[in-house]
Amino acid sequence: MNDEQASAREADTTNAGISRRTFIKGAVAAAGIAGFPYVHAQEKITLRYLGTAVNQSAEIAKKFKEDTGIEIQYIPVTTDDVTKRIITQPNSFDIVDTEYFSLKKLIPAGTLAGMDAKRIKLADKITPVLTKGEVNGKKIGDQGTAPKKVMFLKGARSTEFSATPTEWMTLIPTTYNADTLGIRPDLISRPVTTWADLLDPQFKGKAALLNIPAIGIMDAAMAIEATGHVKYGDKGNMTKAEIDQTIKVLIEAKRAGQFRAFWRDFNESVNLMASGEVVIQSMWSPAVTKVRTMGIACKFQPLKEGYRSWASGFGFPRSLQGKKLDAAYEFVNWFQDGWAGAYLMRQGYYPGVTETAKSHMQAYEWDYWMEGKPAAQDIKAPDGQLLEKAGTVRDGGSYSQRMGAIACWNAVMDENIYMVQKWNEFIAA
Amino acid sequence: MASVEYLEQAKQTPVRHRRVSAWLQATPLTLTFLLFFIVPLVITLIVSFWDFNEYQIIPAFTLKNYAAIFDGCGSSTDVCVTFKTYWSTLRFCAIVWAVTLVLGFAIAYFLAFHVRTTAMQTVLFLVCTIPFWTSNVIRMISWIPLLGRNGLVNQALMSAHLVDRPIEWLLYSNFSVVLAFVHLYTFFMIVPIFNAMIRIDRALLEAARDAGASGWQVIREVVLPLSKTGIVIGSIFVVTIVMGDFLTVGVMGGQQIASVGKIIQVQTGYLQFPAAAANAIILLAVVLMIVWALTRVVDIRKEL
Repeated sequence: MNDEQASAREADTTNAGISRRTFIKGAVAAAGIAGFPYVHAQEKITLRYLGTAVNQSAEIAKKFKEDTGIEIQYIPVTTDDVTKRIITQPNSFDIVDTEYFSLKKLIPAGTLAGMDAKRIKLADKITPVLTKGEVNGKKIGDQGTAPKKVMFLKGARSTEFSATPTEWMTLIPTTYNADTLGIRPDLISRPVTTWADLLDPQFKGKAALLNIPAIGIMDAAMAIEATGHVKYGDKGNMTKAEIDQTIKVLIEAKRAGQFRAFWRDFNESVNLMASGEVVIQSMWSPAVTKVRTMGIACKFQPLKEGYRSWASGFGFPRSLQGKKLDAAYEFVNWFQDGWAGAYLMRQGYYPGVTETAKSHMQAYEWDYWMEGKPAAQDIKAPDGQLLEKAGTVRDGGSYSQRMGAIACWNAVMDENIYMVQKWNEFIAA
Repeated sequence: MASVEYLEQAKQTPVRHRRVSAWLQATPLTLTFLLFFIVPLVITLIVSFWDFNEYQIIPAFTLKNYAAIFDGCGSSTDVCVTFKTYWSTLRFCAIVWAVTLVLGFAIAYFLAFHVRTTAMQTVLFLVCTIPFWTSNVIRMISWIPLLGRNGLVNQALMSAHLVDRPIEWLLYSNFSVVLAFVHLYTFFMIVPIFNAMIRIDRALLEAARDAGASGWQVIREVVLPLSKTGIVIGSIFVVTIVMGDFLTVGVMGGQQIASVGKIIQVQTGYLQFPAAAANAIILLAVVLMIVWALTRVVDIRKEL
């Protein structure tokens, strides 16, 4: 998800020098927080952070600088461009925040280094949803590029994934979430309970689809499988025949006028929903929140087939070494330490390590975001904007209800090239 | 021919150093042209024959990128994606060209012959640039509250009881794409036509009048032939822009209408550079053919 939000939120970078006093303060704080007796170099360290704008909050960079004296310089680009830059310009950044599903392209290209789990303080606290594909010991859906399949490498510089945990991790998780259909409950009179409703002729001319082929086709597959037309072996890794069948159903639906529009961009999906052009479409949680803050009813509707999930994490380029490498590990450790996690949770995401985030949240916030309990007080966004009034319950309920219902993960298919070709055919139909 | 005349001139001026300085004067443009136009174009052409996988492009010589583009185009029962896409793009081209030509010619005629003062001409000319005052994306998004299902136009029609249900084809349709194109690109037609018209000797119009021509005849027999260069230049602008556009078609067509640019964009997004390069080469060839055909109609170099 989170494609092209770069345009929506420009990350700011400050390059002011650090005074000696704040530097020492920062160094002391860093040593205290990270628990590592780092001696900071005298020169200023700046880490270039490549990613989509969604995690690149100015607040996080500011807080990190206060705590450690290390500067973060954001490079906000689109999801596709993150992948492109990792492969074609691996020296143009120091830290990258990318999605697990693109690892199937990135790791064989050999530009990313394995992350040393021994240097990650909370490595064993990383949520089992991502490392093992479990919630409270219960297995969850693993169709597509589930993070557990691409979490570990065979060696520090390996270009092969390891099926069992090793010391070398591909990415250290930052955020993850599960996407489902968003609906306008004020314009839909009946309850929506299944992905099949996306293709229900009742919503003819009022449905929308995500025009990022890799993700759009999975949403379509969730809907088509729910109607019973096609049974997929793995929706995240279709065979050519399955791709053909999927595109065939989509073309029929398109010709029958089912879709009002396709969208690519966060703001487009918000506009379509807010203007009432579309009443049912696959949505990202923060987009639903945005429609709601505009005073328009919008629901992130849990469905019986479950969610399509995604996760992103930090990686380092192979060229990173010395003090910058130390600083980069320090940033990752700081990120997992809770402040940033709590910040992201208030935006509706889940952080890679949840326990530390708890200590940075109020009890009522934790109950609302994680436990699925009614909000005891008004729920506010990190910037203080009112998100939900007291008494509301989070759509989809608690963490274990939401994560437990994951059906598949964002993916790169083996037949990706063929899929893109067929998708273009669907758009042209 | 012009080139022959030049050669004769060169013979008449045998001073050698003038030739050297002429070469030097041409050098910066030549280098810029080479570096930023010829080299990238040649690289694109070369890459279009390369192979690729998920994460790299592989130097090779393969025709499979071109084969993929024309996959299924030999079949007579079902039109292939590429032909369909080009057909849709060419149709937009023709409609937009016709509409912008009529509008552009009328507006330019008004500006050149009916507005008396230069100051007023300048002011009205600036008014024509209003569509460019905001960003492309904002401008296109703002069509939604106007043409949308609950938009101003539909509300007006419904309250006037002209229709009882909102008209759906106002937005995310061929109509809205053409509307946005015309809104954006008429200006590119106005400028060159206006430029050609302003240089028409007013005495010619008077002479035509004196010879008994009616208003329409003056336009058809005098103004139109003398603005031909402007019309062709404007047409080249409009046609090339519409052929390569994917943003307007995307936003106004609700991403449901294919365009060649969109296919290229999707392919580069998925690191399929050779496939995208092959598409770009085909698009370039088609556009060049159209431009060539247009320059057959009028010899621009001769007229300028």
